[in-house]
Amino acid sequence: MTTTNPDLLAQVRDGADVGPVVTSTATRGTRILGVLTIVSMVWLVVFGLGFSPADRDQAEAVRILYVHVPTIWVAYMAFVVTAIASAMVLLRSRKGSQASSSLGWDRLAGASAEIGTAFVGVTLVVGALWGRLTWGVFWQWDARLTTTALLFVTYIGYLAVRRLDGTHRQRAKRSAVIGLIAVLEIPLVHWSVRLWRSLHQEATVLNTDGDIDMDGLMLFSLFVGVIAFTLFYVWLMMHRTRVMAMEDLIDDRGLDEALAARRQEGAS
Amino acid sequence: MSVLIAAKDLRVERRSRVVTNQVLPFAGVTMVIFAFALDKETVLEQVAPGLIWLATMFSLLVLVQRAFAIEADDGAIDTMRVAGVDARAIFVGKAVALAAQLLALEVVLVLLAIVLYRQTVPMDGVVLLVTTLLVATCGLASVGTLYGGLAAGVKGRETLLPLLVLPAVAPVLIGATRAVESALGTVGAVVSDGWPWVGLLVVFAVAFGVGGSLAFGPLIDE
Amino acid sequence: MDPAAAPAPPVIELTDVVAVLGDFPALAGASLTVARGEILLLQGPNGAGKTTLLRLCAGLVPLTRGTGEVAGYDLTIDREAVRRRVGLLGHQNGLYRDLTVAENVHFWGATVGATATEISAAMERLGVGGRLVDVPVGKLSAGQRRRTALACLVARRAELWLLDEPHAGLDADARDELDHTLRQAAHAGATIIVASHELDRAGALATRTVDVIAGQIREVAA
Repeated sequence: MTTTNPDLLAQVRDGADVGPVVTSTATRGTRILGVLTIVSMVWLVVFGLGFSPADRDQAEAVRILYVHVPTIWVAYMAFVVTAIASAMVLLRSRKGSQASSSLGWDRLAGASAEIGTAFVGVTLVVGALWGRLTWGVFWQWDARLTTTALLFVTYIGYLAVRRLDGTHRQRAKRSAVIGLIAVLEIPLVHWSVRLWRSLHQEATVLNTDGDIDMDGLMLFSLFVGVIAFTLFYVWLMMHRTRVMAMEDLIDDRGLDEALAARRQEGAS
Repeated sequence: MSVLIAAKDLRVERRSRVVTNQVLPFAGVTMVIFAFALDKETVLEQVAPGLIWLATMFSLLVLVQRAFAIEADDGAIDTMRVAGVDARAIFVGKAVALAAQLLALEVVLVLLAIVLYRQTVPMDGVVLLVTTLLVATCGLASVGTLYGGLAAGVKGRETLLPLLVLPAVAPVLIGATRAVESALGTVGAVVSDGWPWVGLLVVFAVAFGVGGSLAFGPLIDE
Repeated sequence: MDPAAAPAPPVIELTDVVAVLGDFPALAGASLTVARGEILLLQGPNGAGKTTLLRLCAGLVPLTRGTGEVAGYDLTIDREAVRRRVGLLGHQNGLYRDLTVAENVHFWGATVGATATEISAAMERLGVGGRLVDVPVGKLSAGQRRRTALACLVARRAELWLLDEPHAGLDADARDELDHTLRQAAHAGATIIVASHELDRAGALATRTVDVIAGQIREVAA
């Protein structure tokens, strides 16, 4: 049995017998999803490395884009999910502080941010490799790269806030606020960096705009890449949120045990 | 209420003189050691506006730590929360006091830059310069107060604060530096180039001013 | 002494409250009822949860389980409102070291809009009026600082006083003065809860005593 159903979780917490002990976060849902992810990844490899043609200018290097673009796309999506979930946490916690659903949203926000940050990291690394191949340098201070780097650091900060001491509710509230502020920061950073780089065109002989003219098969490969990584993201999310729920459960159980121990202490 | 808090913060500073005796010298020292790191004088002259704002950023971190240390010192932050003072008032009050101190610091840094990095202030650049200082300071003070409140209550606050603040103020660093470059005429920048950047700084200040006052309460609550 | 007023609602009503500090259940199912005008003594060993109990009643620490009502407001819903009616004096004093007595008391009084007369009266009553008024708090003795903090409570018109080891660090005279002040405050209608190790002294002061042991509360037979 695996579930994030709060009633069932409450039963487990109260020590009720709910059947076999949970040993993994896998369910039929995740298995199906996992298979789909693998299949689409295989498609990606086949199309990316095989069927799609080499680019006129970049030759084979363009194939890296089939990974690079989807990862950043999924990362942005993940951060949007974090923002929405953060907003939900704050809305839910207004209505009454015992709402456990706000913790569910908090786990969603946290897991999404974790995965998003990891994907941004991957984007930066893969992008650096691509840059080395196409421009000859690993890094450039152009608008896109700079914004992405700042995005990465901003969410590292978010993750640091999540790891602070405190109760689950505290963590949820704090992270939600920081998460929403991060979303506020992103357009500001984007705008300022864009403006900055558009005025200083000196460095870029190399066209870093990255929007290459893609024809049918290349576009299709990219599309497959996006699908594959999105499925991967969802699969990761399902597992991660479940693990988080279990971690929280352990904490709660820990509380019950600690309570019992403390009461014992008082009785003696 | 905010006025009360801002006045209180400034009064504490007037008595204790920590900013004037420690933070200002710290800012001055950073300006000097930049010269050690960046060897060529021509380079220094060109990047002077950037250095002013870099020194400001580092000093901001120190100022924010100080602003909340006076509360933590004798447990006043608890008392303030128990007094039921509206979180927004606390935010605005502390941000205003922080802004005042920051502004004074920036003026000193600009003067130091004129002396140490051979900058000059053309007459037509003065308005831009002053406006930039004012607007950038508002934004920086808002961000600092917001994250300072969060960091004040937790372990590892000294390291958490820079991690949160520095990425957040990147737009200010970019915008304010360009604006000051235009104001001072560094690297051939023209005054009229600077105003769009001021626009950016205004948006930043408003966004974090409003957002900060809303977010501050939930952020410091237990 | 005021008898516990039967028809008036209790100032504090806690039922089976669990409060955690991080992972640790400081309060493990505490129940307590306190009537208006009582002077209640909390006694118990270190780590029993007395401080957490006081902070919970001040609205600073949230309830994890159980229900609680303080000064007519529900602790699970409206901690802000609770905070406003309550005064907490913890191990620290919550004062600004660099500001004078008058400035500190004025500041806290102003948070509730107290008049200048009320504020001066508070300082006089607590024995920190007159010449002491313009002394920076950092220069006062421990007893004087404690009394200044209490003057702030009075100026804030707190109806519930939560005092955590108020006698600690005070000499015998100072302790007597403190007790006198507390009795006066109770006469004037405040409800006072004192956590203390000073069993004899506090016992004489209190109208009622409870034991706090391992996060739970037990009445002590009179």
